[in-house]
This record gives sequence, C-alpha cells and structure tokens, in this order.
Amino acid sequence: MALSKTAHIVTAYGEELDQLADELARMGGLVETQLETAIAAIVRRDSTLVQAVRDREKQVNQMQVDVEKRVLRLFALRQPLATDLRMTISALKISTDLERVGDLAKNIAYRAKDLSEYPALALIDRVERLGAIVIKQLHEVLDALSSFEIEPAIRVWRTDDEVDERYNALVREMLVSMGENSGLVEPGVHILFVAKNLERIGDHATNIAEALHFMVTATPLEADSPPPA
Amino acid sequence: MPDNHPQAQIYDSHSGGERPIKVAARDVCVEYNGKQALNHVSIDIPDRSVTAFIGPSGCGKSTFLRCLNRMNDTIEGARVTGSLKIDGREVNDRAVDPVVLRASVGMVFQKPNPFPKSIYDNVAYGPRIHGLALSKNALDGIVETALRKAGLWEEVSDRLADPGTSLSGGQQQRLVIARAIAINPEVILMDEPCSALDPIATAKIEELIDELRENYCIIIVTHSMQQAARVSQKTAFFHMGNLVEFGPTEDIFTNPRDPRTQDYITGRFG
Repeated sequence: MALSKTAHIVTAYGEELDQLADELARMGGLVETQLETAIAAIVRRDSTLVQAVRDREKQVNQMQVDVEKRVLRLFALRQPLATDLRMTISALKISTDLERVGDLAKNIAYRAKDLSEYPALALIDRVERLGAIVIKQLHEVLDALSSFEIEPAIRVWRTDDEVDERYNALVREMLVSMGENSGLVEPGVHILFVAKNLERIGDHATNIAEALHFMVTATPLEADSPPPA
Repeated sequence: MPDNHPQAQIYDSHSGGERPIKVAARDVCVEYNGKQALNHVSIDIPDRSVTAFIGPSGCGKSTFLRCLNRMNDTIEGARVTGSLKIDGREVNDRAVDPVVLRASVGMVFQKPNPFPKSIYDNVAYGPRIHGLALSKNALDGIVETALRKAGLWEEVSDRLADPGTSLSGGQQQRLVIARAIAINPEVILMDEPCSALDPIATAKIEELIDELRENYCIIIVTHSMQQAARVSQKTAFFHMGNLVEFGPTEDIFTNPRDPRTQDYITGRFG
C-alpha cells in the first residue's frame, strides 16, 4: 500500500519506496513480537524466553541499518518530494523509535532472569496490565502505519496519558510495598525498571504516531494536543 | 469555470506580507490562432524575490512569461486578454511601447544568445541605445558594474574586446544577464536559463540569481524541480494552461495542496 494513489512514472523509484514501507512493517512486526515475548517472560517468570528476545534485537538492529541505507539512497538518487519526502524522512524517524523499543524490550526480558529468583509479586498483574496497554498501543500504531490511517494514530497518541497514569500509580504502590516489607526491595527495583521501560515504549509508540501523522498530513500532531490535565 | 481563481486568491494573503507586489495578473488568457494556451491566470508576483514557474511542456508557463514583456506581440495569431500590471501600469496598454517595456523587463533565454560583438559591446549595447550613459567613462562604469553584478568581471576584465561568443556557455549566460541588468530592469525573466549548462556553471547562475533577487523581481521558468526548490521563494505550478497552485516554494515541495501538483513534482502519472 502506498501513500499516494497514483504510481510513479519511474517504476524502480516506486518500488524502492514500497520496499522501504515493507521493511518498516517487517521491523514493526518483529519488535511487536519481541515486546510480547519480553512481557510474557516477566509475567510467567520464564527466563528461557530471554534468548529469543535477544536474537530478535540483533535482527531489529540490522533492519534499522537497512532502513537508514535505503533512506540515504533515496535522498541521494531520487530526491523525493512532497508525500515521498515526508514518507522517507518519517521512515527514518520511525525506524529509530522501533530500534529503541526493541532495545527496551530486551532490557525488560533481562529482568525476567532476576525476578525468577524471587517469589511471585502481587503487583505483577499491574505490570501485565500496563504491558498489555503498551502492546496494544504499539500494535495499533503499526497497523495505522501500514494503512496510512491517522485516526488510530491519534487514538494511540491520546492513550499515552493513561500509560503515564498507570505507570505513576504502579511506582507509588511499589514504593509503599517496599517501605512496608524490605524483602520486596530487590524484586521491586526490577519491577520498577520494567515499568519504566514499558512507559518509555509507550512514548516511542507516541513518537511513531506523530511521525505517521506528519507523513500523511504534513502537520505536526502537537498542534491538536489537548491542554495538559 | 477555470480553476485558477481560488488558489490565486488564497495565496494573495501569503504574498502580501513581506514584499510588495511587482506583477499583478488578472484573468490573463492567451490564445494562438483560436487555440487557448492560457486560461484566466490571476497571480500576484512579489518584488525582490525569485518566483519559479514549473509544469509540464505546453502547460503555459513560458506563454505567461512571454506576456510580461509582450513577446507574444511578435507571434502571428496570438491574442492576449485580461489585465497584466507591472508596478500598477498596464503592460498591454496601447500607450506602452514594447521596446521601452522590454528595457524594464529583461529576458534571459535557454541558450545563451550574446550578440556577435565584443564582451564590452554586448553589455554596452542597451545603455547606448537607451541613452543611459553621457560619456565614455560613464559607459565604462555601467559595463563594469553590470559585469560585476553578473559575477563575470573577474573573469573577463582583461579581455573585454574579445567576442562574447568566445566565452564558455556558463560565462555567455552570465554575459547575457549582465547585458539585461545594464539597463536597470525592474523584472528579469529567465526561461530555463541553465538547461544548457553543466552543474558548476548552473551553480554559478543560481548563486547569481540569489544575489540579484535583493534588487530585482526575478521570474524563472525551469523544468528542474530541484532548481525551482533551490532558487525560488515562491513557486507556481501550471498545468494545461491553468495556474493550478501558487505558494511558498517550501510548501509546494513538502505539502502541495492540489493532487495535480503532487503527481507532477513526485513524478507520478497524473
């Protein structure tokens, strides 16, 4: 699917833009799976999943390098303009966000190893819930990206407030629990890191929504932003 | 109803801000032997800036350019209607002498066309026939100033008596620009001034255009989108005799409003 309805006169140029969009979609799919696996590792206290997340992270890094090469090539050889220009520059930004998400997912997965050494925490269902929202955010924004739809992207962008609220609530409760029971301090710190990483992933999903909005409309999403509560 | 009006009016407010309007066209139509080449073009072109005209071959951009110095007068069967004002004066007014008009609206063509005369005489020709210099010294001054403004003086000051045609293509084009500015024009029209030049000569002309815009209203027709993007502050897109879109160059190349502009500049089938 292309951003413009009409085809390029130079077929190879159109194909290069399509390939860039495809590569981004594949990268997004990989990152999504990485995040799902990382959260499953935490929730199920299953450190055997860590290796799978690590392996995918290497793939994601390689894909980001590929996207950069494609973008550089398009600028050097095709001098994209208008929608093509916005698409190319946004692809570069989105690939950076996806690479960061992959990195954060890897960090989350690493904590599964540490957490498996402690008894299960009552707060883990909160982490799971936060993780589910962030996965949904990422999934929806990547879907929107593949169809160049801005309404779902704006929805994702607005969901970020909920992620922040849930993250802050989780931190507060964790701190209270750690204060009451010093045995919870060590696993609690791991949980705090996981939650922080999830919150950051939510921010990257928001960035992707902003890049997609600019790609399609040529206007920044900030302009529509509601006043902060 | 032609589709030029809405866009032209939308952008009027844009252009009004910084620079005064130099050229104001309203409902300009051109037909060649009954065949419509330009449909009701209305546009306000700001002074002391570069405006680029882009569009496919036969879209009317050169036809419109030629209206500005009444070059269409010389074409049998050409009929120009509508209002076209430069500094508020109607170009097509019967009282306007095309020769005088062309002194204030200079033109640079695709292929450099120096006169078969010396470099000096190429530049001195206009000031002489328009009586701009009262003495040989004054004329020397005008020639030097024009050649300096055209960025050519350093390269030719020691061989002013050589024929203009002995210069390289890029130098000839700058000589022609020097010839145009020697008679203090108000507007400089350029019809694909770099299409016959190599990239270095092109860069020198573009640098020159960028300097000249401080003092002149420059209108350039170009087939190179990159050139339009590099040199102009405003861009007009013509298609099938219509002015489709006119706005700040940055907007045209990052976010064109009309799908026809979008398809043209991104190289798609329209």
